[in-house]
Amino acid sequence: MTFEWDWAYTQEILPILGKASIITVQATVIGFILAALIGLVFALLRMSTLAPVRLATGAVVEFIRSTPLLIQIFFVYFVLPEFGVTMDAMTAGILALGLHYGSYCSEVYRAGLDNIPKGQWEAATALNLSTLTTFKDIIIPQAIPPVVPALGNYLVALFKETPLLSAIAVLELMQTAKILGSESFQYTEPITLVGLFFLFFSLVSAALVRQVEAWLKTRHGGA
Amino acid sequence: MSADHPSAAPMVRFENVRKSYGHLTVLDDLNLDIAPNEKVAIIGPSGSGKTTVLRMLMTLEEVNDGVIWVEGDPLTHMYRDGKLVRANKRHIRQVRSKIGMVFQHFNLFPHMSAVKNCMEAPITVLGLSRDEAYERSRVLLDMVGLGDKLDHYPGQLSGGQKQRVAIARALAMRPKIMLFDEVTSALDPELVGEVLNVIRELGEAHDLTMLMVTHQMGFAKEFADRVCFFYAGKIAEQGTPDAFFGNPQNERTQQFLSAVLEAD
Repeated sequence: MTFEWDWAYTQEILPILGKASIITVQATVIGFILAALIGLVFALLRMSTLAPVRLATGAVVEFIRSTPLLIQIFFVYFVLPEFGVTMDAMTAGILALGLHYGSYCSEVYRAGLDNIPKGQWEAATALNLSTLTTFKDIIIPQAIPPVVPALGNYLVALFKETPLLSAIAVLELMQTAKILGSESFQYTEPITLVGLFFLFFSLVSAALVRQVEAWLKTRHGGA
Repeated sequence: MSADHPSAAPMVRFENVRKSYGHLTVLDDLNLDIAPNEKVAIIGPSGSGKTTVLRMLMTLEEVNDGVIWVEGDPLTHMYRDGKLVRANKRHIRQVRSKIGMVFQHFNLFPHMSAVKNCMEAPITVLGLSRDEAYERSRVLLDMVGLGDKLDHYPGQLSGGQKQRVAIARALAMRPKIMLFDEVTSALDPELVGEVLNVIRELGEAHDLTMLMVTHQMGFAKEFADRVCFFYAGKIAEQGTPDAFFGNPQNERTQQFLSAVLEAD
């Protein structure tokens, strides 16, 4: 069996895949911002003094975490329109990514929030800070830095799951590679290149996360 | 109602206050009046309920029974249709604004510099501008001897310095009542003096009602107008420092004093 890498074909498809990678990166960045926000909201709702709010949020988080992302993507894209909520594939995909990883992120935030010493809450009470101010200025700014590495892991994980969006025909890297392959019957080059793209971006984002971690450690006089 | 005669009302009144955790009664039917400007030292063995007194007054713990009054207004309760009912959050916040507290473990906000620690509440609660809050905080930090450490983070300060920031932070809210909960217990011995000096100056220079739970008998003797000795959830004995230390009546007090003075 002979194996030959087609450099000419590689050169031809590289710009096409480059463009598709922009869609992948977009889905990753917007999806993760959404996940980070949804996760924080979930985590805070789970601290509510109202038991029904706490329990309902816990149930939703558990439900999302226990079902496959692929099904959630299909659900948002194909089932929600039945209820009058229609969106394009990219939006549906990003929303599903945000919800899915948001429920994972909420557990991470929860660990961070649980780790705030009781004395911080008591000092906030003694200074008569409102609940909102206590969370906004005292608790959340302390809860997030220690969990940045864990959040960063989910960023990379979310990024690597974006090919699932090809299932609803979002023209991200994987979908584009599949189309290229089916047109030319040459799958080796596009799929390999997609793998390399992912490797490259994963390494870059992991390095970025580490930079942020290091920066967080040196703030506040290293305390 | 007593609120009509604020001058006649004690600054703080504990009225039949009871606190228990499950079966454990921490405070049993506490009645205690504290006059405006009075300096009260609360001492006693661990588990005697002395810290709980401060924590209930700061509303960090709820009372099980009884009412705490501040300047004639109920703190733990409020009036509804002429009757006393449990206070809601809003009422508590309003009355609580008269009280400040300093903790054993400082509880500074580690992500804020010394001056930011002091500015936070004046800005967000009192609505001061940043400049006003900064100026107020700078003056206070200067007063506690940390005028050159405004931009230091808690992690860059010694225990004694941290505790002085915590005192300035509480004062920035201009409380009428200051609570000190074993504020020197977590400090290295050589740092105790600088914190006690600040408290001493504070008591001399300002109109402040002060309650302090302390193990520093020497300081209590010299600083307090009254010493309250707690034992098993009750005030076993109270009196002026001279009477209390010079001629203790209660057997428990005598045992406690001989034990701590021996340890010194």
